[in-house]
Amino acid sequence: MIIYGVALLSVCLVLGQYIGELLGDFIGVQANVGGVGIAMLFLVIACSSSRFKSLTEGASGIGIKFWSAMYIPIVVAMAARQNVVAAVDGGLLALLAGTTAVVVSFALVPVISKIGTQSEPLPPLGSDAGDNNKGES
Amino acid sequence: MELLESVFIKNGLVVAFAAVGIVVWFSYFISNKLTNGRIHGSAIAISLGLVAAYCGGALTGGKTGVADIGLLTGVGLMGGGMMRDFAIVATAFGVHIGELKKAGLAGVISIFAGVIVSFIVGAAIAVMFGYTDAISITTIGAGAVTYIVGPVTGTAIGASSEIIALSVAAGLVKSILVMIGTPMVAKYIGLNNPQSAMVFGGLMGTTSGVAGGLAATDPRLVPYGAMTATFYTGVGCLMGPSVLFLIVNAIY
Repeated sequence: MIIYGVALLSVCLVLGQYIGELLGDFIGVQANVGGVGIAMLFLVIACSSSRFKSLTEGASGIGIKFWSAMYIPIVVAMAARQNVVAAVDGGLLALLAGTTAVVVSFALVPVISKIGTQSEPLPPLGSDAGDNNKGES
Repeated sequence: MELLESVFIKNGLVVAFAAVGIVVWFSYFISNKLTNGRIHGSAIAISLGLVAAYCGGALTGGKTGVADIGLLTGVGLMGGGMMRDFAIVATAFGVHIGELKKAGLAGVISIFAGVIVSFIVGAAIAVMFGYTDAISITTIGAGAVTYIVGPVTGTAIGASSEIIALSVAAGLVKSILVMIGTPMVAKYIGLNNPQSAMVFGGLMGTTSGVAGGLAATDPRLVPYGAMTATFYTGVGCLMGPSVLFLIVNAIY
């Protein structure tokens, strides 16, 4: 049943967000600390455990894959609801502060990536079908 | 016409699915025909989304881009935090736990490095622009961390509302630039494997920026980057009004 996969996904997100809120409350900040990341860990663990097999394989898995494939459209909608006007209106100071922070952070990616065991580059995306997310055909 | 409008408004989310579908289709069409696939369709779609958001904001004076236009309010729900987080978590389906463990240490370091480096850059630029009080410098520096850390820090240490608005703008610039810039620099910073994606997420930290930037680069990297990015804002909110403010206060 597709809904089983969707329900598993939902339970992971709600649990993760709750723990993220508790964590934020615990260390005394007005923010959710890692809720989504924790939810992702739950889903990864559920997927690799045989106990949850019936919720992650077959039709149930399609329920999760659908939302994974909806990711890019949702990000497009997210882009369309950003407060771009405020970013542009922030003037030179905001522009410089934001831009420099991004440039310096970009430059640090290869430096910090050298820490620990290295992972292999992913195989190149297929020319055509690769444009789609996994789950789309 | 009025009837049509009310149908659009009543079915907001469904209208959003259709509208975004058309934008994505058009973007992939442009990507294939005009750029021969060199510029990723999703990168074009995200850029179009941002342009539309600017137009929406300029037309209505609202804060949520296209979603402030009555006929397109559903885009606000579709692109809001709830759906975004739901879809991000779904991308973790099929992620290997081994890859996460491999990048664990580098990922944690990147979160702290990212917060501190962005803060220093933002604070330095505030100083360059002539700010000399610790509260303003800290708030603008925190804005360069993310547009959530800026106001949280500013409110906590008692910054003026103009400074807080400025810090939000700095954070928005960062988030938008990460969305647009990531696919362009990916090749040069080695952003092609799960580990560097986790480091990238930790360094950038803006969830929207990382989500958009990685989607436009290689969707398979999204779960790794998103995993670390979601801890960044929390760490920033923890450090901004405390350690970072105390350091700036000691200097100024």
